[in-house]
Amino acid sequence: MSVPKQRISGWGRSFFEDASVYAPNSELACKELILSEQLLIPRGMGRSYGDSANASVVFQTDFLDNFISFDKDRGILTVEAGVQLREILEIVVANGWFLPVTPGTGYVTVGGAIASDVHGKNHHSAGSFGQYVESIKILLGNGEIVTTSAKQNSDLFYATCGGMGLTGIILSATIRLISIRSSLISQKIIKTKSLEETCEKFDTYIQHNYSVAWIDCLAKGGGLGRGLLILGDHSDEGEFEFSIREPINLRLRPPSALLNRFSMKVFNNLYWYRAANNATNKISIPTFFYPLDLLKDWNTFYGKQGFVQYQFVLPENVGVRNLRAILEKIADSEQASFLAVLKKFGPGNSNLLSFPMAGYTLALDFKMTMLTKDLLLGLDEMILAMGGRIYLAKDSFMTELTFKRTYQNWEQFQIVREKYDALGKFCSNQSIRLGLE
Amino acid sequence: MKRILVLGVTSAIAQECSRVWAKQGAILYIVARNDERLHVIADDLRVRGAKEVHTRCLDLNILEQHKDLIEKIISTLNRLDIVLVAHGTLPNQSRCEQSVSEALAEINTNAISVISLLTVLANYFESVGAGSIAVVSSVAGDRGRASNYVYGSAKSMVTSFTSGLRQRLYKKNVTVTTIKPGFVDTPMTARFKKNILWAKPSIVAQKIVQAIDQKKSVAYVPFFWAYIMLVIRLLPEKIFRKLYF
Repeated sequence: MSVPKQRISGWGRSFFEDASVYAPNSELACKELILSEQLLIPRGMGRSYGDSANASVVFQTDFLDNFISFDKDRGILTVEAGVQLREILEIVVANGWFLPVTPGTGYVTVGGAIASDVHGKNHHSAGSFGQYVESIKILLGNGEIVTTSAKQNSDLFYATCGGMGLTGIILSATIRLISIRSSLISQKIIKTKSLEETCEKFDTYIQHNYSVAWIDCLAKGGGLGRGLLILGDHSDEGEFEFSIREPINLRLRPPSALLNRFSMKVFNNLYWYRAANNATNKISIPTFFYPLDLLKDWNTFYGKQGFVQYQFVLPENVGVRNLRAILEKIADSEQASFLAVLKKFGPGNSNLLSFPMAGYTLALDFKMTMLTKDLLLGLDEMILAMGGRIYLAKDSFMTELTFKRTYQNWEQFQIVREKYDALGKFCSNQSIRLGLE
Repeated sequence: MKRILVLGVTSAIAQECSRVWAKQGAILYIVARNDERLHVIADDLRVRGAKEVHTRCLDLNILEQHKDLIEKIISTLNRLDIVLVAHGTLPNQSRCEQSVSEALAEINTNAISVISLLTVLANYFESVGAGSIAVVSSVAGDRGRASNYVYGSAKSMVTSFTSGLRQRLYKKNVTVTTIKPGFVDTPMTARFKKNILWAKPSIVAQKIVQAIDQKKSVAYVPFFWAYIMLVIRLLPEKIFRKLYF
């Protein structure tokens, strides 16, 4: 069966592709598709920002969205790859369970969460998503379906977690949940006056489950990197409640020109001055973890050209000083980042292409302009020299050279792909750019 | 708790309706001809909160089995509150034009088998004096069009049949809801180019469950199809016959 071409893009809406999008709904249909197509990439909600889920043929997991089993006593959940994290929460929270790791949106599929080995505000204590995956059922390039885990076909497992969909099609996965005593999150906000203080406070408050900082990267001099450190812990008492709220659809888009350097400076100032130090309150899961999910299609606010996200990590020992150098470079450029989110990571894991490592990670977004690519390639150079790396789920421009020098297990990754018939079969526009054909 | 029978549960629309009911804690009896998918869906509904899920793998084209099937279901569930008749296929129109047997087979699946099932079910609900029958027809049944009139005529039959059935059962306190989906983005319609008129099955399902709860007679889903079809029905034949769509 052939399907009409459909225009797809990453969440940043800056790279488009006219793709044949197939959405099989059974194991048999999945197998047939694999055997009939030359080259394809699996795709879930399309929430990675750049071109990592773009290809001329796309395996869409929309109809692989069934729950398979849920052990309410042990917190073990098995789902098909297309089930979204918010759908999981809708079911497990009521039973006293929670996702061990969640990114900043609930609109992510389990397949996507594994493929990007996503992390959350608890990385310092919990690590990333792949560490809670018990096993994965995966469809290989030769049409065979195998189960992989840390014990079974483990080479495939460590390549698949964080493997950007390049090892095969994740059909289903079993994950371990964590138990909670309430669905409320106790949030505390610490106001900081400089980048150095922000970084230091991550260590001061390391005992909290969740920590993340919003920082001001437009402030000048010593104030650069001042911010608000947001801490969170699962509350000990309260109800178990989680409901999917339909996002608000702002049909009228503010002109994207309003998102400029000056408006952001004003916003940053207001945001920082308004905040009270040490403010604490109890809030719901969506309010704490998924604030942007409340706005439908917020990614279109950046206008026609779209935007790029950029997230990098710098090793801990050289982190703070280098972070300042990078922020200064961004402040000097004519580019303004609306959102700047800083987090201190705990140690990395054994997944071959996993992003996190012990150190500081900063996520920024830039409205796409003629200057963006040059700025980011310049930053890539600095990060490479500082021993850091760039997050593949957000990357748009990284060169093959930078990739291969910062993800040093790439050769091992290719060996595993070759062994499991993935070479030349599972490719995205990103993987081709990075030399992972 | 509601006791609900879903015929043709592997249809994306029916599966999504079942998920809404599962979340409400319903007791479900689901029927489909693909055994593997039937069990995948049953497990999904259990995790999503259904109190019980019963399954039966059966090809509903075999009309002789209908009476038995319904009797067995009623004896398993003790009582039926809602039935959703959703099984069907989307015929290949050009092949149907070339093959009488293919055209008739499609009419059998999309109309005759529905009428057979509804006849048995109507008598059950009439005797009980309560309940809801919901049948997935289609906007395609509102007026035959060149691109899919075999499907359209089968759905016309379903629409007319349910209209008559609604009148017959009105006094017996049984609701009959004719559901007319517009374009829905499902595996059945994968080969079509999508535009703004297309809706996700989960959204369509919410509207269907709502229409059943509100005891609606005819439900266009999404609602704007009522206006589109009004215009299409009002086009004079002189103009309509010259168009091809």
